[in-house]
Amino acid sequence: MLQDKDRIFTNLYGFESFSLPEAKKRGDWVKTSALVKKGKDWVIDEMKKSGLRGRGGAGFPTGLKWSFMPDPEKSGRPHYLVINADESEPGTCKDRDIMRHDPHKLLEGALLAGFAMGAHAAYIYIRGEFFNESSSLNKAIKEAYDAGLLGKNAAKSGWDFDVYLHRGAGAYICGEETALLESLEGKKGQPRNKPPFPAMAGLYACPTTVNNVETIASVPTILKRGGEWFSSLGSDEKNTGTKLFCISGHVNQPCNVEEEMGIPLKDLIEKHAGGVRGGWDNLLAIIPGGSSTPLLPKDVCSTIKMDFDSLREAGSGLGTAGVIVMDKSTDIVYAIARLSYFYMHESCGQCTPCREGTGWLWRTMQRMVTGNATIDEIDMLYDLTKEIEGQTICAHGDASAWPIQGLIRHFRPEMEAKILAYRKQAKVA
Amino acid sequence: MKPKFEPNAKYQPKEFSFKSKKKIKDILANYPSNQARSAIMPLLDLAQREVAAVGAKEKKPYGGWIPRAAMDEIANIVGQPPIKVYEVATFYSMYNLAPVGKYLVQFCTTTPCWLCGSTKILEAAEAHLNIKMGESTKDGLFTLMEVECLGACVNGPMVQINDDYYEDLTPENIVSVLESLAAGKKPTVGSQTKRKGSMAITGPTSLEAEAKKAGVV
Amino acid sequence: MPKLTINGMEIEVESGTSVLQAAEMLGIEIPRFCYHDRLSVPANCRMCLVEVKGAPKPVASCAMAVGDGMEVTTNSEVIQKARKGVMEMMLINHPLDCPICDQGGECDLQDQAYGYGFDRSRYRETKRAVKNKDIGPLIKTVMTRCIQCTRCVRFGEEIAGTADLGLLNRGEDVEIGTFVEKAVSSEMSGNMIDICPVGALTSKPYAFHARPWELKKTESIDVHDAVGSNIRVDSRGGEVMRVLPRLHEGINEEWINDKTRFAYDGLKTRRLDTPYIRNAQSGKLEKASWDEALNTVAEKLKSTSPEKIAAFAGDLVDVESTLALKDLMNGLNVSNTECRTDGAFVNTDTRASYLFNTGIEAIEEADAIILVGTNPKHEAALVNARIRKTWLSKRVPIALIGAPVDLPYPYEHLGSSAESISKLTKAFAKKLGAEKPMIIVGDQIFNRSDASALHTQLRNAAHKMGCVQEGWNGFNILHRHAGRVGALDVGFTATQPINVGDMDVVYLMNSDEESILSDCSDGSLVIYQGHHGDAAAHRADVILPGAAYTEKNATYVNTEGRVQLGKQSVFPVGDAKEDWKIVKALSNRLNVELPYLTLIDLRERMSREWPHFDKIDALPNETWPDDMMTGKEKASNCLKSPFKLSIENFYTTNVIARASKTMQECVEAFTKTKPQKKAAE
Repeated sequence: MLQDKDRIFTNLYGFESFSLPEAKKRGDWVKTSALVKKGKDWVIDEMKKSGLRGRGGAGFPTGLKWSFMPDPEKSGRPHYLVINADESEPGTCKDRDIMRHDPHKLLEGALLAGFAMGAHAAYIYIRGEFFNESSSLNKAIKEAYDAGLLGKNAAKSGWDFDVYLHRGAGAYICGEETALLESLEGKKGQPRNKPPFPAMAGLYACPTTVNNVETIASVPTILKRGGEWFSSLGSDEKNTGTKLFCISGHVNQPCNVEEEMGIPLKDLIEKHAGGVRGGWDNLLAIIPGGSSTPLLPKDVCSTIKMDFDSLREAGSGLGTAGVIVMDKSTDIVYAIARLSYFYMHESCGQCTPCREGTGWLWRTMQRMVTGNATIDEIDMLYDLTKEIEGQTICAHGDASAWPIQGLIRHFRPEMEAKILAYRKQAKVA
Repeated sequence: MKPKFEPNAKYQPKEFSFKSKKKIKDILANYPSNQARSAIMPLLDLAQREVAAVGAKEKKPYGGWIPRAAMDEIANIVGQPPIKVYEVATFYSMYNLAPVGKYLVQFCTTTPCWLCGSTKILEAAEAHLNIKMGESTKDGLFTLMEVECLGACVNGPMVQINDDYYEDLTPENIVSVLESLAAGKKPTVGSQTKRKGSMAITGPTSLEAEAKKAGVV
Repeated sequence: MPKLTINGMEIEVESGTSVLQAAEMLGIEIPRFCYHDRLSVPANCRMCLVEVKGAPKPVASCAMAVGDGMEVTTNSEVIQKARKGVMEMMLINHPLDCPICDQGGECDLQDQAYGYGFDRSRYRETKRAVKNKDIGPLIKTVMTRCIQCTRCVRFGEEIAGTADLGLLNRGEDVEIGTFVEKAVSSEMSGNMIDICPVGALTSKPYAFHARPWELKKTESIDVHDAVGSNIRVDSRGGEVMRVLPRLHEGINEEWINDKTRFAYDGLKTRRLDTPYIRNAQSGKLEKASWDEALNTVAEKLKSTSPEKIAAFAGDLVDVESTLALKDLMNGLNVSNTECRTDGAFVNTDTRASYLFNTGIEAIEEADAIILVGTNPKHEAALVNARIRKTWLSKRVPIALIGAPVDLPYPYEHLGSSAESISKLTKAFAKKLGAEKPMIIVGDQIFNRSDASALHTQLRNAAHKMGCVQEGWNGFNILHRHAGRVGALDVGFTATQPINVGDMDVVYLMNSDEESILSDCSDGSLVIYQGHHGDAAAHRADVILPGAAYTEKNATYVNTEGRVQLGKQSVFPVGDAKEDWKIVKALSNRLNVELPYLTLIDLRERMSREWPHFDKIDALPNETWPDDMMTGKEKASNCLKSPFKLSIENFYTTNVIARASKTMQECVEAFTKTKPQKKAAE
């Protein structure tokens, strides 16, 4: 188990105030300018050494991503850091805790990251529903400006840096980085075609890097303690450091917790979440990384390690590390059907397969819940997910397909049983 | 589901002007001067809040919503054709395009909250207010709506009422939240079981020293 | 230049080309709905997926730029399956109403469903229904058929410059609409019908009138303005059923304006289908035979001295009949012939002095555009579209002198009268440092006593700004009438303004100009040769029914000076005849020999005297004589009064449009200032 001395988010639960004096006591904004003065190459190298992978779900190496930004002297355009705080993936509520309890980590990280990529401005795109979180964050921003930590010569680093907060208004798709940029530009959140990638043409067609809140908030500690410290934690050199996990659903004590990357799923649940309701044997399945990742049946859960690559090998993914636990009382078909509704509701509507397909999936899944379907339709459903997956501009189509694929892969007998039961009853009636 | 927009409905005011010119200026200052379009979303939010402020004081109160005239005014401010504002207003789920109750009660029913019993919470609320999802109470106080994941999954089931989250709900405590709102009181925001943030209810499994220092355990 | 292979075939293309375009060059067709080569690329329909080696998933070929060494496959099993999947999704909520859909037979979705669709649907849920939108008298909407490709939205925003339509809502609830009930007000809106790949937007006037396979398609030239848009006239039996654009990169690209497209119903009403003679006693027009009518005209012409005869060629005349009329009048020693019937005495010293010299396509090369006394949106919607395109692609500075008008691009308003022309040379031009500036002058500004001084002033200004240089002539007159340039070319002009009130015989060929009609003295004989019972027919003493543009083979010269051939699609109505033949018949009665028996003879006569008539569709490159450089008239001779606009209503500029019910509906919907509906109602 991760020791407290290796935790980044020491005010995760809000034991202390988020405000600047307490934050400073926790080590935020300490020696920031010294880090900047080591230069941009050092920052990026250190990030590469740390092995930090994006905490928003895709898991792309952060240092590498930053290095894609063009040379600010040559690009001739402003550079932007955009922080993705549109946390909306069902099962995920970690960035919320950072913003309401530890916002200065995020702001300090923004300065360091902004400096490394040649950006003098950062936009934090926070989901609109997080109104109180955005208020805390706003207060923290104001404190930082008043203390000279942001603005001209931010934190006496010699680097000018502004942070702006932009609130979303209820659209899951704006968590997709290019949809987020569209939204920030005052448009509908419809993802853009790539290429061009944001590093070339992002916000206002300027070089832009979009990073998740947790990623940016981890940066100051990583730079202060060194990339090697971070990479010494975790399961291997590709799955390093610490990670915030959110454990929800059928556990005795749902909670958020910072743990070491690669912690066994069973340990995570038993040590931090009080175990599965009714004991481990009462476990049915777990969605390991937020709603988009395919579910894992119990036997896989017993041994799986919670990191990017282990979960990918198991046919799922770490995603946002939002662990949704379902015990044997769960109507697993409904649980997934409800996610289908979510993906239908949140589809932006531009690509044909996603716009039309998510509705079709949900309507068919609804019939699967009651059993008013045919066995063939299970195959059709699988086929439909394949008609959506990989054929859309962004990954929303994929995300709508995977939960159903996971369901069919692991719980086909349950689906068939429902259909047979419905038929039997219909005949009797 | 959002209430349907009716551009020519009786309740649509003919004109709209923002009360706070300073707020408009502050909003515009957040974006490069040639990118005023970025201000569409914050301005829609501002319009909704200004309407809510008026509505809260009415004899039959109502909550925040965005009249068509406000969208036209925003188009004017940011120098875009009105359709660009309409597109944005209809895309995002938080913009109410028709009047709602003073308290917009939004139930998260997505899988994590559902697993923890959100169905019972919304049934309790429906029974208490004697209305169904999507309906408003006759006194204009409450509108019930179903929403997608609000990002407080480890504190589910939960609802959002206007700007505030109410978490760790039971069929009993949702009713007391609604009752105290109806009585004009402000119920405690956040966890209704007095749990600290997203910590495990039985006490922290990490950061125990910090918890002790703060007097949590 | 990147080299890539597509289906094993190698091709080298310009960088920036999309994979879809590169495939097209190789003759490989890739299905698509949202992609349109003149619009931005949203890549949302997902039909054009291809496999690119190394890419983890299929790639939208419309949005993927070619790369060196790329290996693309468009016909693999994976792609077939992907496209079939997209097609299935496309069809689940699309109604199966092809038998009653006007798009049937020319529908992209129908065609591609043959290639990629299934013969039955696996979709068992309820289909989505979308409410139809009322967006005016031209476009009929059946929104349930919409596949949300957003071509219409992009057309409005990008080409027409009027953002009325949008894609509203989200997810499967998205729909195209105006949000508030609103007519799509653009003089280019009809093009949305063409670019709509399904039957969501169809032509309202044409609704349920014909099927594409029943129609005879005639490639012709439009006459509703002086742009000379290339059109296709679709007819069935003797009736024009619709008018569509025809691709001409140099002129109209693939667009036409709404008058060109929808005024055709005016060809079926208020037509003059038989000769008429006014009864001296009753004062009423009475039907007559061709013999009676022609004899009446011939006798009067014979008995009148030539200086008391005047002939006018109007807005819609073709070159052949204008020349025949000129030859006839010359034979009678009549010199009072004039085509500038509106009094716009544009300088005719040389061809270059009255043409749109730059050419419409080359507008895109200009780096500064100055409009003088014109509203291109109404006078030449497609020239206006080209200006907008130029502004969109490189944000060229645009300035206007004249009445301020609503244009789909920003411009600097330099003033309203001739005084501002000198300002133009000094302030605007210097600021710009433009290398290829162009000046576009509305021909109507010459409808003033200072026409000649104005022309000089403008030429001087053009020279000072560097509008005229080796390889670039940026001096342009924008005409409004299809017949005007051709008539100027064949010299149908008088040296002095004609005093109509002095005339005993006034011969009006297609001219309905009010100012001429009101000047005709009571005792004079007014002959009207034309096809519509409009203003001139009311005043006329003899009516010789002619053919409309869809009913004759005829030559037109557009504002650029480009010679184009209109083709006959249907026969003239009733006893009406082709115009040059009427003149020829008259000449026989007057013993004036016109040396041509056939249209071919007549055209030979034309090109013998003016060789440019031989060069069909060629953009002229007229020389700009040195003496054009120096004007004889002083700037101070220009009047101080502001320039006026000639077109008050875009939809009713000529006899055909005025007879059109559809155009009348457009007037109601778009231009009348109705009492504003209150928003709260």
